[in-house]
Amino acid sequence: MLVTTALAFVFFVAPDDANQGFSQRIFYFHVSIAITAYACFAGGAWNALLHLWRRDPGADLRSYVCVHQGLIFGTLVLLTGSIWAKISWGHWWLWSEDQLVLFLVLYLFYCAYFMLRFSVDAGPQRANLSAVYALFGVVLIPVSFAAIRLAKNLIHPVVFTLHGPNFGGWILVTYCIAQTALLVLAYTLYRLELGGKRLDVRLRRLREVLA
Amino acid sequence: MSYVRDVGALARKDLLLELRARDTLPAMLLFVAAVFVVFHFALPGTPSRLETTGLLWVAILFTALLGLGRAFVPEREQRTLDGLVLAPCDRSAIWLAKSLATLAFLVAAEVVALPLYALFFHSVAGATLLAVVLADLGICGVGTFLGAMAVATRARDLLLPLLFLPLAVPIVVGAVGASVVASPGRYLGFLGLYDLLFAVVCWASFEYVVAE
Amino acid sequence: MLTARRLGKRYGEKRVLRRIDLVLPRGGFLVVTGPNGAGKTTLLRICAGLAQPTEGTIEREATRAQVGYLGHEPLVYRELTALENLELYGRLYRLPERRERIGMLLERFGLWDVRHDRVASYSRGMTQRLALCRVLLHDPELLVLDEPYSALDEAGAELLDAQLAELRGEKTFLLTTHDPERVEPFASARLALAT
Repeated sequence: MLVTTALAFVFFVAPDDANQGFSQRIFYFHVSIAITAYACFAGGAWNALLHLWRRDPGADLRSYVCVHQGLIFGTLVLLTGSIWAKISWGHWWLWSEDQLVLFLVLYLFYCAYFMLRFSVDAGPQRANLSAVYALFGVVLIPVSFAAIRLAKNLIHPVVFTLHGPNFGGWILVTYCIAQTALLVLAYTLYRLELGGKRLDVRLRRLREVLA
Repeated sequence: MSYVRDVGALARKDLLLELRARDTLPAMLLFVAAVFVVFHFALPGTPSRLETTGLLWVAILFTALLGLGRAFVPEREQRTLDGLVLAPCDRSAIWLAKSLATLAFLVAAEVVALPLYALFFHSVAGATLLAVVLADLGICGVGTFLGAMAVATRARDLLLPLLFLPLAVPIVVGAVGASVVASPGRYLGFLGLYDLLFAVVCWASFEYVVAE
Repeated sequence: MLTARRLGKRYGEKRVLRRIDLVLPRGGFLVVTGPNGAGKTTLLRICAGLAQPTEGTIEREATRAQVGYLGHEPLVYRELTALENLELYGRLYRLPERRERIGMLLERFGLWDVRHDRVASYSRGMTQRLALCRVLLHDPELLVLDEPYSALDEAGAELLDAQLAELRGEKTFLLTTHDPERVEPFASARLALAT
């Protein structure tokens, strides 16, 4: 779609990086993908809350699709993070990199979410269990973040600080474009998958009525 | 007040069941002792205090997991959870009582495990003891909650460690931190915060786990 | 007491209950029959509040404390004695005169002499009698009984007959059975489920 062209645009327009060369470029993606994944997980938890609180009938499916998208973007975070770590520090994995470790924990958590979901029959109970576990996720994100900060014994330069001066105009613009592009991409994927899943449910109902 | 009485009645029932069946606590004790022996051979030479502290926490976590996996077995076999869910008491009382019972087993196991650890490896500091207490609260509260979720699924016992371990990472961070640094205040505070935060979440959402 | 409209329930792909309408007035006695797999148990679990329908609505004019549910399983702990089991439920239901009520029920169902024995040592008939004690313990307004005669010997069945005759009209009943003849004298309405 248009979004993907925007992505390519970002890739070629953002050439101005000071000392890290090409690695800076993957960093845009890494951070904006991570933010997108958070947004997906937050969306999943919000819909989970709607399910438990208001008994919104479509919320369970929406929550599931959100978490699914989050997991896809989470995989990308791990991949881009790993590449970035390789370029910057020469290792594929770095325990001192907060974001990466946090995503590893979250990745395991949300994989368990899928295991949970696939081992309960569809119905109100599955919806409840998934929703509760998705809510645990949003509590886990800040708690794990704090924990990982606490666990880190090496002081490591934090590149991405909002007050930091190492944030030039072009870089910010590029970052913002990348971020919006990814969010729109995630939302499009979300609508697509949701539409597919809804169609699936409807087809099954129809087949049952005909049978 | 009646909430406290419900929790009391339910926890008493769980302790009584364990007293009669005697299948959880002996298993936990045996397991933790065996784990220490395995650790000795897994770490050749004389392991440092730093290393064995990590192992102590792994041992505690897995021993707890063993007990947590058993927590809802009697309820499942007789489907007695249906009876408890139908009772007019607040459903979160079921979680709280079960957590307290599991906590009692875990503490009992640690009363044996910690001296054993001191005998085999290194002495246990006061801050570690405090961390054990705080970590136990979190492990039992969250673990019991997830145990109730796991028994509702087809995968059952298989699922509990998968659900639990990602959530236990912060506990391990706080507990190990408190055991190894000179001023453990921050880590203990973090453990306390974790306990409080997840206790509230569990308390508020247990209803949805046991009732459709 | 109970009003269900177009009730349906599915577990995953499987539909176990489909478009059930029922109205059960206070004091009514509804007998549900049907072959295995027709959804009798599911219907009863929904009526007792243990399960939620996936389609349709159900209204119940009884609080949780006013429902007595007897399932396939006796819902008692095998490692506890009859007395301990009933004590636990008595506490949870906050019965004012717990001991007297428990004693009376155990006496009536012929379990008084074995009250200190673990349920694990009971025969199936005795366990079912204890399950009935548990259901009646808190004097429920709505009794949801799933195959109450199963596992009961003739003496136990007669005790249950007497109990049903006594409470008939005063309480509301919803029960399933494979032997409709037996409860025919009590029934005020019948519902036959088909697969």
